[in-house]
Amino acid sequence: MDFLRPLTWAEALALKAERPEATPIQGGTDVMVEINLDKGRPAALLDLTPVRDLRDWSREGGEIRVGAGVTYSRLIAELGADLPGLAQASRTVGSPQIRNRGTVAGNLGAASPAGDSHPPLLACGAVVEAESVRGTRLIPIGEFYTGVKRNALAPDELIRAVRVPAATGPQYFSKIGTRNAMVIAVCSFAVALDPSVRRVGTGIGSAAPTPRHAPRAEDFAAGELDWDGRGPLDSGVARRFGELVAASAAPIDDVRGRAAYRTHALAVMACRALGWAWDDVRAGDRRGSA
Amino acid sequence: MRVNLTVNGRPMTADDVWEGESLLYVLRERLGLPGAKNACEQGECGSCTIYLDGAPVCACLVAAGQAEGREVVTVEGLAAAGGPGGELRDGPDGERDGERDGERDGGPGRGLNRGPDSGLNEVQRAFADAGAVQCGFCTPGLVVQAHALLAGADGVPPDADIREALAGNLCRCTGYEKILDAVRLAASRRHPHPPP
Repeated sequence: MDFLRPLTWAEALALKAERPEATPIQGGTDVMVEINLDKGRPAALLDLTPVRDLRDWSREGGEIRVGAGVTYSRLIAELGADLPGLAQASRTVGSPQIRNRGTVAGNLGAASPAGDSHPPLLACGAVVEAESVRGTRLIPIGEFYTGVKRNALAPDELIRAVRVPAATGPQYFSKIGTRNAMVIAVCSFAVALDPSVRRVGTGIGSAAPTPRHAPRAEDFAAGELDWDGRGPLDSGVARRFGELVAASAAPIDDVRGRAAYRTHALAVMACRALGWAWDDVRAGDRRGSA
Repeated sequence: MRVNLTVNGRPMTADDVWEGESLLYVLRERLGLPGAKNACEQGECGSCTIYLDGAPVCACLVAAGQAEGREVVTVEGLAAAGGPGGELRDGPDGERDGERDGERDGGPGRGLNRGPDSGLNEVQRAFADAGAVQCGFCTPGLVVQAHALLAGADGVPPDADIREALAGNLCRCTGYEKILDAVRLAASRRHPHPPP
């Protein structure tokens, strides 16, 4: 095994072009588990932690560009107001020790269907900024996940950043697990509302081969919510929204839960999350700040 | 490969490191620092918690090469220091006077077998006093993680904060009540008169 240690982003891209089989490593919370438990042995590790550029996030227009080296801990501490859905999901990742190392970009690189950051990224329409010596490619999040632990990155590409629209309405993340820490999602759900354009975004985790949207549920809720009057959420609408979310999933039975349980839990989580988000829209109106 | 890093305030070098090796393995097997414990090797148990550049992390998930040039503080380094980082060189027992680079003075039990108030960190002392130890395997990780919590806390943290901070550290001997007692004790000794 080789250990490649680029000091700059340009060097990292050159090394990845030269050694496309090299596995990028950032926080190591997935990569090192594979090696420690002898589940796989990469031909080379490409350590991205020395690349300083990756550790920054920036505000660009209405977007937050989160560098590939920004840890969950920093995202929680610094971006909770701009990216509430992603920050909520980040708070459920592992433990403080894991959040001090793990990154959203690492979650994307691993592309596990159970990764916690995927549902909020889907719900708010994030874009993955992939780069290689050939140039930069912006991949819409809905096109990024291509299979179980597979993504749309070319062999010579690295994730430079993820571009996430700053929230323009309430966002919520919900996750099922056996306890409140150190939990790989049995299933998870995120919702993002944008009242200004009457948009409802969704993201489903750990209930299909890839993280995915629930497009029919999004359209249904966008059409049924009382955007003008801002009245209370109709319980029938909330329930139907949950059913449509569950219908978009394709769960399996596995060690963490049964498919039938996941389907049921998704419907419950989606129904509740839409309720929380809508309550915030209404409360915002009452505060005169929606 | 060779890895150069600073451990408990001293420059150290590990040779013949395998590229897929963890920092935990380097600390325990190459640098003679067995305080961080090797248990799950997948970040689930927190027994190998150390400070890496001031942040508590699982040493089993840090590739050895990622520690190149970085600052590591292990549980052995807490005994002679009030906190991570700069205070390390000014241990209360003066042991660090006339440092000899490269010498491994951070070996097992350093500072732990002396009498009370002889260089034990406040968190370590509180764990002993509260009886928050049984087999001891989880203790070093809990001590480092509790130390990190208290370093960033004013007064005695609410139980919810303590539980959240220690959520990634597993103890399989006993309940966690005495561990919580120890953290509260350490915090209250630092802040004997909490603001109303």
